[in-house]
Amino acid sequence: MSDVVEKTLTALPSLLSLDSHPGSAKLSSTSKLGNLIRGITELTSKHEEEKLIQHELLAIKEQVSSPNTTMRQMKELMVRSIYCEMLGYEASFSYIHAIKLAQQGTVLEKRVGYLAVSLFLNESHELLLLLVNTVLKDLQSTNLIEVCMALTVVSQMFPKDMIPAILPLVEEKLNHPKEIIRRKAVLALYKFYLIAPNQVQHIHNKFRKALCDKDPGVMTASLHIYLQMIQENPEAYKDLTPSFVTILKQVVGGKLPMDFNYHTVPAPWLQIQLLRILSLLGKNDQSTSEVMYEVLDESLQRAEMNHNITYAILYECVKCIYTIHPKSDLLEKAAKCIGNFVLSPKINLKYLGLKALTYVVQQDPKLALQHQMTIIECLDHPDLIIKRETLELLFRITNGQNVTVIVEKMLEFLCISEDDHTTIDLVGKVAELAEKYPLKYNEWFIETMNTVFSLGGDMMQPDIPNSFLKLLSEGFDSVEEDRKLRLFAVNSYIPLLRGEPGKLPQRFLQVISWVLGEYSHLREDLEPAEVLSLLAKLLDMKNSSSETKSWVLMAMTKLCKGGADASVTQEVSETYSSSLDTVLRQRAHELQYLSQDPELRARVLPRGAKPETLEVDSSLSFLDRFVSEALAAGAAPYKPPHQRQEELDQSKALSLEPYGLSLPISMSSCSITDRQSPTLLSMSSGLSGDTLKLDGIKRVWGREGYLAQREPVEEAAQVEVPSPIQSPGRQGEGDSLHSQTPTQTPTPEPEQEKQQLASSLFVGLASQSSVSLMGKSEPMPQRFRRKAKGQGLGSSFIANEQISSSLISPPSAVDNLLCNNLLDSNNASELAEQTSQLSQSLTTANGTCHAEAELTESDTKGCNPALRRDNCVVAAGPGPHNDPGRLTEVCLDSYLPAELSGLSHSEIAPLCANQSLNLSACHVQKEDSLILVVFIMNSSESAIQQIPAGEVTSYSVAVGQYSLTVKRPAVHVEVVGTVSYQLPAGTSQSLQFSYKVPLTSFIRPFVVSTEEYGTMWLSFSHDTKQNLTLINDNQEPLTATLNALKKKLQLHVVEVIGMEGIVACRLLQDLPCLMHCRVNAGWLAVWLRSPVPDLPDCLIYHCQRALQSL
Amino acid sequence: MIKAILIFNNHGKPRLIRFYQYFHQAAQDTSYCKAEDMQQQIIRETFHLVSKRDDNVCNFLEGGSLIGGSDYKLIYRHYATLYFVFCVDSSESELGILDLIQVFVETLDKCFENVCELDLIFHMDKVHYILQEVVMGGMVLETNMNEIVAQVEVQNRMEKSEGGLSAAPARAVSAVKNMNLPEIPRNINIGDINIKVPSLSPF
Repeated sequence: MSDVVEKTLTALPSLLSLDSHPGSAKLSSTSKLGNLIRGITELTSKHEEEKLIQHELLAIKEQVSSPNTTMRQMKELMVRSIYCEMLGYEASFSYIHAIKLAQQGTVLEKRVGYLAVSLFLNESHELLLLLVNTVLKDLQSTNLIEVCMALTVVSQMFPKDMIPAILPLVEEKLNHPKEIIRRKAVLALYKFYLIAPNQVQHIHNKFRKALCDKDPGVMTASLHIYLQMIQENPEAYKDLTPSFVTILKQVVGGKLPMDFNYHTVPAPWLQIQLLRILSLLGKNDQSTSEVMYEVLDESLQRAEMNHNITYAILYECVKCIYTIHPKSDLLEKAAKCIGNFVLSPKINLKYLGLKALTYVVQQDPKLALQHQMTIIECLDHPDLIIKRETLELLFRITNGQNVTVIVEKMLEFLCISEDDHTTIDLVGKVAELAEKYPLKYNEWFIETMNTVFSLGGDMMQPDIPNSFLKLLSEGFDSVEEDRKLRLFAVNSYIPLLRGEPGKLPQRFLQVISWVLGEYSHLREDLEPAEVLSLLAKLLDMKNSSSETKSWVLMAMTKLCKGGADASVTQEVSETYSSSLDTVLRQRAHELQYLSQDPELRARVLPRGAKPETLEVDSSLSFLDRFVSEALAAGAAPYKPPHQRQEELDQSKALSLEPYGLSLPISMSSCSITDRQSPTLLSMSSGLSGDTLKLDGIKRVWGREGYLAQREPVEEAAQVEVPSPIQSPGRQGEGDSLHSQTPTQTPTPEPEQEKQQLASSLFVGLASQSSVSLMGKSEPMPQRFRRKAKGQGLGSSFIANEQISSSLISPPSAVDNLLCNNLLDSNNASELAEQTSQLSQSLTTANGTCHAEAELTESDTKGCNPALRRDNCVVAAGPGPHNDPGRLTEVCLDSYLPAELSGLSHSEIAPLCANQSLNLSACHVQKEDSLILVVFIMNSSESAIQQIPAGEVTSYSVAVGQYSLTVKRPAVHVEVVGTVSYQLPAGTSQSLQFSYKVPLTSFIRPFVVSTEEYGTMWLSFSHDTKQNLTLINDNQEPLTATLNALKKKLQLHVVEVIGMEGIVACRLLQDLPCLMHCRVNAGWLAVWLRSPVPDLPDCLIYHCQRALQSL
Repeated sequence: MIKAILIFNNHGKPRLIRFYQYFHQAAQDTSYCKAEDMQQQIIRETFHLVSKRDDNVCNFLEGGSLIGGSDYKLIYRHYATLYFVFCVDSSESELGILDLIQVFVETLDKCFENVCELDLIFHMDKVHYILQEVVMGGMVLETNMNEIVAQVEVQNRMEKSEGGLSAAPARAVSAVKNMNLPEIPRNINIGDINIKVPSLSPF
């Protein structure tokens, strides 16, 4: 006791002046901290503390703002504010003074200032900007301590935008003679890398230099950066593998100075870091993995001392061995290691052992079997964390046979767990397992899900109830099984509702009401009236949320039949038809109408309707007519909300609109809408006026139309997947079970229990060594989560709408198909007939676009007019090489038609081949067209008949050329074609090919004057905006960037005015696209406009690519 | 990366708080509006999680819901009256951090000569300076205790040269004796007895 007091005395020099005279400023202020602390320790209640601290803060505030306060006093005041802030009381008035202290104080005061700043502020705090100058100054200081302080504060937090200001200084520090400075500089740069990776891109080679630093400390610091970068992109750093291996070898071999030892282990943290890096590098890469086998083996052997930190190294080693390309003897050793972990009496090691097992068990399920008894023990461990980890492990080894036991264990745990996070996670896992094996155990499935719903409450992931309902409604292969499952669900819910439904979570109530609404008719002895009254009871409960109520109303709508039920439904619908909640009111009205009209109800809500695969016209093309009518009537064209918002923002600020001058001044009053569609001036300004603010409105409309409609499409796609519920066959499980459980003859009672548990848990694990039994790799056809959304589920209303919409719509997708079919097969064959033996047809098939290729073929007789062929097929003599298979591009070059040979052409790419024909193609850019040249090589012995040149003799090449145009732009235009030909034997055959041309090949410069440009700009309706990176070489960035674009994409730079530039181009033949560029805050703000939809978007993509590739 | 380092006593009173990541509210949680509140909330929750655990259970905790997600872990040690809690993400080795806490505490012990809770209270700033030499911006900077102590001593020398801060008049002793401290701190017991700081033989 007495020495404690004495210790306290030495610790409290500041208290010593408690009742001293206020003469010495320093002492009195130190004692104030002491006073404060003493005061706080004496307090008894939180309230008193609050009062005291507020009082204290007031005193501090007064003092800091007094001009007479010296820097030294300020230092003490800061410490006191830090203390108050730590206790959770805001002292924001002192922030600015902390910055001032860091700026003006002496070294010691500066230190306090920096500390206070780093504790008070965060990286997005506005005051932080005031610190930049101080940091800048201190980084240049000759005092090492100041430099260290600056680096420390920079690595704690620094405004992202200001990084360029200090980056060169920090970089410079990498060459500092003091290792501590170098090390801190490396870490500061790592921090920069984390918050703004692209700003430190240029110093990657400096990181390499840091890695090779002669001081191991600096090298260690640089590993932080490498770990991060390799995690992001392992491929780029494979060449460093040998270096890392060498470093690890040296460390393990004890080559480092003794200073680096920790409990006789050489630099353990460094080893851990290196092992992590190696495992990232060796993942799925055999050759890289082979480099590290030796050093891993050595690490395993060396780390055999009995200290925590060696276990840390061992653990990383084991994880690394199981991550990289496997090597059997290493795996064996690692498995033994894991055994040591799991069996260790030290609980931390056991935890890690379980973690390692969980990690490994996917590759080596047998390992779990070896330790089954330990795992069972861990299941009953008093430490919840260990228990949870064990469950995680069991989750990974779940199969059809042990699922019931494992789920039971999980549910047991759920009952005692208090941590929300754990509950949410585990509930999700149970639901996942239950859904994976529902068919085998109908009742078990429903019961499990019931427990999940009641335990998980309203915290659980919303997709769990959704996918459960989906499973119920979609059913499985057998109708009878479905019926049983649903009936069982109904049976289990009725007593719950009769009991105390008030205790059930909302989500569960929603599920119950949906199921009852859909399937309660399956139970014959149950009167709908009773269900209705049970449901009505839910409505009256105080804690029912309005969401639950609308589910209940929905269920009632499905159930009501008129007659006796009418009074209940009538009452309910009357109550809620005046509800303030619009959804509830809607549901109540539905209930009212549908309950009175049974026929309509049967149509809208057909009983037992199977969920159908719905075709949804996501492009909403059925509205096209409406849209065009509206447009014709003068409505403004649709603009996505973000664009509207942008323009609104712009209009609030200065008008930065270029080329606005050409508009008559009188019209400028309705500027926003005019800009978009000057042709629709008068109407549009009234219609979509700029008063409509769209902030905060959910984005439902996208570029492709109504976004919400996409989900059903995805769902539909999912539904079609056949559901292989059958768990993989498990023959011979019985005997394997016996062989696996350790056979001990005299077993005490509890031991026996455990073995029973073991056999039930690990059943089915050993019988097949195949990994396919392991939980993770099993197919999960049942899991629709993340796709299914609540709305699509219960309401057949939505479904109906969708069906009708798909009926009305002239399907755009079909368009595409038709087009392909037409040209691909029909036309080709037709053509083949007409032109006797050989024909080619081209179409484009490219997801979004309908590019049409115009085939021009002049001298084919009576062929389809759409397919004209230009220059016919030129048959060339036998090639110089006898082996056509080796015909190189160079020699194909020589077959290029003479009139094209002077022009630049793309690389000749092989398209396809069969035993007789070899197709290659390239495209040639002419000034006003794009020519596709197809080389048909006969690689067979015999001649092939063709028209018009007659035939392609053996080993020769025929060349066809086609001019292409694009009707609807896409990023890449794909040309699909068929060659039909006849062999001498008389059999006709065909060969299909496809060829991709980037849109840029169709782009040509467009020469216009600035005035013409101005008028055109206003008349184009489709536009897009984006920021592009500027090229920063020595010349003016705007010109440099524009020139680069001009060169790459063949654009025409119309004029450059100051920081703005206008550029024009056209898509063959003559679809213009205008581009307006402005340099803005280091970016090139680009605005593209064109009369062609999609063209601006596609072009901006190519601009980005072009600038990236520079 | 280390996200936060929290030291609090058995009653949940914070003794040192250092966040390396700025935690602020998720959008749906509007009931709190300041980062400071969030930090206090994290401290409270962490204390709640840690304090109910016995001494014979493992030193790892999967993150609470506040500090977020299963990627985060709490690694803690309990010394006499104080909990040292490190909140880290998955890029840190659990056992490695556990020993780092040990290194940190041993360093404190060296710097304060038999450290106790009161040292942390009254020399909060110094503890921060020591911590800055161990962990910088969330990254482990130095794990060698002698190196850390050396760095701290350089700074202390500078301090001494600026004039002795603590010139203690004798009569203050009585003042302290009269001081009423509800929780009398014991000396921090440096955990594992088998751990000995190795003597540094020259290489």
